[in-house]
Amino acid sequence: MIHKYSFNGMFIVLDVNSGAVHIVDELVYDILDYYRELDTDEIVKKLSDKYGEDEIKGGIKELDELVEQRMLFVPDTYSAVVPFVNKREPVVKALCLHIAHDCNLKCKYCFAEEGEYHGKRELMSAEVGKKAIDMLIKASGARKNLEIDFFGGEPLMNFDVVKEIVEYARGLEKQHNKNFRFTITTNGILLDDEKLDYINKNMHNLVLSIDGRKEINDMMRPRAGGQGSYDTIVPKFQKAAESRNQTDYYVRGTFTRHNLDFSEDVMHLADLGFKQISVEPVVADLSEDYAIRESDLPAIFKEYENLTNKIKQRRENGQWFNFFHFMIDLTGGPCVIKRLVGCGSGTEYLAVAPSGDLYPCHQFVGRPEFKMGTVDTGVTNTDIRGRFENCNVYNKPACKECWARFYCSGGCVANSYNTHGDLISPYEIGCEMQRKRIECAIYLKACEE
Amino acid sequence: MTHIKTLNTKRLQNTVAKGGCGECQTSCQSACKTSCTVANQACENK
Repeated sequence: MIHKYSFNGMFIVLDVNSGAVHIVDELVYDILDYYRELDTDEIVKKLSDKYGEDEIKGGIKELDELVEQRMLFVPDTYSAVVPFVNKREPVVKALCLHIAHDCNLKCKYCFAEEGEYHGKRELMSAEVGKKAIDMLIKASGARKNLEIDFFGGEPLMNFDVVKEIVEYARGLEKQHNKNFRFTITTNGILLDDEKLDYINKNMHNLVLSIDGRKEINDMMRPRAGGQGSYDTIVPKFQKAAESRNQTDYYVRGTFTRHNLDFSEDVMHLADLGFKQISVEPVVADLSEDYAIRESDLPAIFKEYENLTNKIKQRRENGQWFNFFHFMIDLTGGPCVIKRLVGCGSGTEYLAVAPSGDLYPCHQFVGRPEFKMGTVDTGVTNTDIRGRFENCNVYNKPACKECWARFYCSGGCVANSYNTHGDLISPYEIGCEMQRKRIECAIYLKACEE
Repeated sequence: MTHIKTLNTKRLQNTVAKGGCGECQTSCQSACKTSCTVANQACENK
């Protein structure tokens, strides 16, 4: 299977199963319309109005070479790998600790319902956090790199517990031959020099929530009293980014149908000096006025193209910044097994509620039907784990025919559930946007070659 | 080749044998909490 598209006059061909990316001329691009169906003479006939016979035969010969080198029309044989992947002893290697089900902002699109996740306001105790670390070490088998994400609500509302958990985990690393990588996500309201210093010394990654332009950010991310958060957080975030040498952090925003010109928000964040930027589409019930609708897709595609061109221009002018959703590693990206199984929610990756209850990921927290166990017992509901284990691209009918399946790995399971009530039917609007982002990302890479 | 330039010579099919060590980052731990992005994760088993 291949996917071909053109962008700004560049002709790009992806071979889905080998991952090869080819930049071709218009001749080869045209030949590919017939290459698999017709023989050489028929292709020559089809394209004779536009190209000479020798030229067409030359193009076909080059395509033949790629097929021979297993970089074009490579068959998909990976489904045979799935049974082996599923036979592996289940391990947990990453936890999202919901350190605070409480928040000092009232973001309108919050899937955590302003921090409460369908439940009550609650802070995680140090005891629960430490048990989560113990459980993770026990459940991680031979995996060395373990990840902890302090999430909320707003984790800085419970920062003393964050520190206690970090110290506890660090104290166990050597004994168990583990390497903990910590991430903290914050809205910045409570960020101060002391906390930043601690975060810089201890956290592998820092995610700073901001949506972009002041009017956009403040519209969706107000404080409890209704006033905006932009003016408070921007200087703190700029300081945080600089203090981390502009690496190992992200300013992360959400765009909604209220700002379909979101490239302006990305560029605004770049103008503020940020070099690591992530702005992603809101996921919301269609009854919400800010939810992205199918009818918005043409505008969103156009906007991703605008963003691509703006990033390209900045980079050509020496003003480099990274846009998370256009990152793509064509030379050393993940192995095919990672690409088959995706994010690992419900299996390798679990979320821990303040009470110590375990859920498949942060988006399922507070849904009793998805409770998988507790930090005391570990995963006891193996039925739920089994359902998530089966979430690979071969069990998702829509993915089988999709060229992007090894880039997104079947997409977000929570989005599937929220949209269709099952774990294997992808959220189509998300798929459409994902495919567009991949096309843009590969084009940007090609421009840099 | 005069008509085709290949950007990457790494072939996905060659990662089957040594893949699956699981040491790489979980995708949602980076900067993505609502839209799964896997292909940008770095391999830790090179």
